[in-house]
Amino acid sequence: MGASHSASEEVRELVGKTGFSSDQIEQLHRRFKQLSGDQPTIRKENFNNVPDLELNPIRSKIIRAFFDNRWALLAPLMVGGFVLGGGILPWNLRKGPSGLADEINFEDFLTIMSYFRPIDIAMDEEQVQLCRKEKLRFLFHMYDSDSDGRITLEEYRNVVEELLSGNPHIEKESARSIADGAMMEAASVCVGQMEPDQVYEGITFDDFLKIWQGIDIETKMHVRFLNMETIALCH
Amino acid sequence: MGFQLRVPFRPWNWLLLLVALKCSRASSDLNESTNSSAQHDLNVRFAAASFEPAETISVFSLDYDYVQIPYEVTLWILLASLAKIGFHLHPRLPSLVPESCLLIAVGALVGAIIFGTDHKSPPVMDSSIYFLYLLPPIVLEGGYFMPTRPFFENVGSVLWWSGLGALISAFGVGLSLHLVCRVPAFGLGDVTLLQSLLFGSLVSAVDPVAVLAVLEEARVNEPLYMMIFGEALLNDGISVVLYNILIAFTKMHKFEDIEPVDILAGCARFVVVGVGGVFFGVVFGFISAFITRFTENISAIEPLIVFMFSYLSYLVAETLYLSGILAITACAVTMKKYVEENVSQKSYTTIKYFMKMLSSVSETLIFIFMGVSTVGKNHEWNWAFVCFTLAFCQIWRAISVFALFYVSNQFRTFPFSIKDQCIIFYSGVRGAGSFSLAFLLPLSLFPRKKMFVTATLVVIYFTVFIQGITIGPLVRYLDVRKTNKKESINEELHTRLMDHLKAGIEDVCGQWSHYQVRDKFKKFDHKYLRKILIRKNLPKSSIVSLYKKLEVKQAIEMAETGVLSSAGFSVPRPAQRIQETKRLSPEDVKSMRDILTHNMYQVRQRTLSYNKYNLKPQTSEKQAKEILIRRQNTLRESVRKGHSLPWGKPAGTKNIHYLSFPYSDPQPAGRDARVADCTGNSDSDSEFPSSPFYTPPRTGWLQERRGTQEIIPMKSLPRGGKPPSFGSQRKTSRDEHVGGGGRAALRPKPLCHTVHEERDSGEDSEEGASAGGSQWSAEHRPSRGHHRSHSPLLRRK
Repeated sequence: MGASHSASEEVRELVGKTGFSSDQIEQLHRRFKQLSGDQPTIRKENFNNVPDLELNPIRSKIIRAFFDNRWALLAPLMVGGFVLGGGILPWNLRKGPSGLADEINFEDFLTIMSYFRPIDIAMDEEQVQLCRKEKLRFLFHMYDSDSDGRITLEEYRNVVEELLSGNPHIEKESARSIADGAMMEAASVCVGQMEPDQVYEGITFDDFLKIWQGIDIETKMHVRFLNMETIALCH
Repeated sequence: MGFQLRVPFRPWNWLLLLVALKCSRASSDLNESTNSSAQHDLNVRFAAASFEPAETISVFSLDYDYVQIPYEVTLWILLASLAKIGFHLHPRLPSLVPESCLLIAVGALVGAIIFGTDHKSPPVMDSSIYFLYLLPPIVLEGGYFMPTRPFFENVGSVLWWSGLGALISAFGVGLSLHLVCRVPAFGLGDVTLLQSLLFGSLVSAVDPVAVLAVLEEARVNEPLYMMIFGEALLNDGISVVLYNILIAFTKMHKFEDIEPVDILAGCARFVVVGVGGVFFGVVFGFISAFITRFTENISAIEPLIVFMFSYLSYLVAETLYLSGILAITACAVTMKKYVEENVSQKSYTTIKYFMKMLSSVSETLIFIFMGVSTVGKNHEWNWAFVCFTLAFCQIWRAISVFALFYVSNQFRTFPFSIKDQCIIFYSGVRGAGSFSLAFLLPLSLFPRKKMFVTATLVVIYFTVFIQGITIGPLVRYLDVRKTNKKESINEELHTRLMDHLKAGIEDVCGQWSHYQVRDKFKKFDHKYLRKILIRKNLPKSSIVSLYKKLEVKQAIEMAETGVLSSAGFSVPRPAQRIQETKRLSPEDVKSMRDILTHNMYQVRQRTLSYNKYNLKPQTSEKQAKEILIRRQNTLRESVRKGHSLPWGKPAGTKNIHYLSFPYSDPQPAGRDARVADCTGNSDSDSEFPSSPFYTPPRTGWLQERRGTQEIIPMKSLPRGGKPPSFGSQRKTSRDEHVGGGGRAALRPKPLCHTVHEERDSGEDSEEGASAGGSQWSAEHRPSRGHHRSHSPLLRRK
């Protein structure tokens, strides 16, 4: 990021937008540059440089998530966001055009990361709920690959297959039947009594919330972002 | 009914037992007195016959001395077991009072009787018995049943708290008591610093097992639960190490001789003892896991390997003056994972039950003995000492909780709230450990041992009775953050996805934290450890195993509810032929919902139910698992063939179509999908009119999987007139398997009347076996264990 003055300005802006501390942003920026090879943007290929990611069974989904336009930018409308101890929560989802971007800049990168910020303890119940919802939405979009607002059986199966792909001993069939079972379960949780001619199309976001009810994602879906330099794993 | 009848009789049980005990005691005491008076002739008996002429053979003689010890031990255990049975007969008592209270009370009662009749209390415990026989099973059980994942997720806080908590509280209590002892008015001048430190260390060994049951019940949040579990697990070890070191100090030196070097050496020793113990434990854990790899053909000794190696790790560590407790804990934790995969299902069950039994026996014995030794003359009541001990125990526990959690909260993303900390503070229940250590104080070094024992007993009684009983209401009152876990496939999937996601994001950030550690360990484990330690590299994924587990559960449930709720599906619906994707028929959904509501609530998924005294009934499903795993492979085929599960319908019913759609109603969600497979193929078969599973709406989304199925030749179903016979058949078949009738015996003649080509006899028989198993298990739920006995009901040829 250009001159030092504008850089600090920019950082301050990002702190406001994402809620990361400036140290963390510095840290992530260093990482970003490392990944991108000092370019302003990251392309998909750059993620191949992360050796540890290679073995991740849902690698493609994770990478895709970064390039997904759906949560692409910090939309202007969120700026009024909720200012709390740590800063503004960036969890805002613009119902933008779906599809994949070719490259993302640092801000996008940071936006994705900000979904994994731990919840601020000082938040009140409402904000926690909001936060939770946004985290879940991120997760939901991981499943919903065609972004039609529904996790269809096909999509669900894909995810399960991917999850189980690390283990060669598991047949596809069993992965599928697990997905089927999960779908059934979801249907029964979400819809309950169905009318005879009712169709369960797939898990909508509301259903997804219902499934997650009671599971405290806010304490689970977070990564510890450190302030200091850690071992760089990218060589 | 019978249950209510039995309650009034309970006192009689007690009385009978007590009489038996007292007789034995009386006789033994008689013997003892005789023995002591005439030391040389050990053969003195009651029966004069055996005494006088050694040549003649007496017709009847009594040799009580010969059996005395095992006899009394047996009676003690029996007494404890009966006490437990009586305790759990009461409908509400167990939820109000911890079991340890009851055991102590029974012990006190027995003690009072012994005391009242002027007998000596039984010599149950001495140092070597406690450390060599009573303690290891308790610790082993704790380690083996530790829920691994939540433990390691919170490992930092757990170690920090259970390690330092014990130390702070031990030294705090010890030092403050030492100050109190310096006050001349209390008459405690002869208590040295080392003695008070030692007392502090033993009295701060908490044993929150009773509390765990309460917390489990209240379903408090996982980190809190793990904190207390971890404390229960590790606290013993730390206190015992401290205790032994201090004993060594007391033995070696007069107080004045202790030099700073010794203290440093003591600290170093503390570390060495702990780390060394863990090291040996891990080594032995791996060895035993490795050995179970080869026990395929002699599975009967599998449990033995597990127990012997755990015990060996304990003994080896003790031999080297390392902490045996930590060794056996580490050993159990290490081997559990691999052993469970290696050993057969039956051995696995055996191991678990045997472990529970052993630990429960030892603990019961200690508690009862504690009760017994409460009553008696060997007490020295010193108001000051007792009151200050009690006060300091509470104060120092509070200090250590709040201080340590204040520190560890700085490093936690989700700190423990004040409420959580209050619960942790309040869970400081002392138990068998403290008492045993106090009781084992060497009298030569501790002239005021009696006073120590008394004070320990007061602390234990106070914490067990008052805190143990009130913690349940307190948890409810404070409204501690609860966990709300459901055991569902969805949740498991989502959690797994999130795990990978988090690890991936960390990779992308290039940051290093515990998700990655876990990931790394898993990879290492998969690459090397499992290859070495596990027999066949079986697929093992938590999703798959959970799925299988649920399937088992549902099959059982299905068998249970099948009889009850099939009526709800009796209205035949006209078959529709709408091909629409992703569609569930309402009946399916309803039935699944039934199953889910029956099955899926209140099960903790990750933190396995932990109850010191008992295995949860859910574990019995593991027994059925084997069957269902086999079932899983063959299910598809078997479903295609159609089923006859006559038990779904009472005899005499006219709704014949149920015979062919046995699974129709409480269809487990997972399997459902497969059952539905046949939907697509059965379209053309007009004899599938009524089962909800043959309703077309769902066809589409499943059809794609199985385009090439044959049409089920349901026509060959002999339909009319048969149903009435099913009732009786069911009975006979059940009798047969209860009687141990093997599959072969039962198989030859088709009892059900679906006539099918058997595509693959082996497969079919398996399927039949498993379905039979699940049915059988439903009917014989309490004594499930012969799952493999095969029901002929499902035979159809």
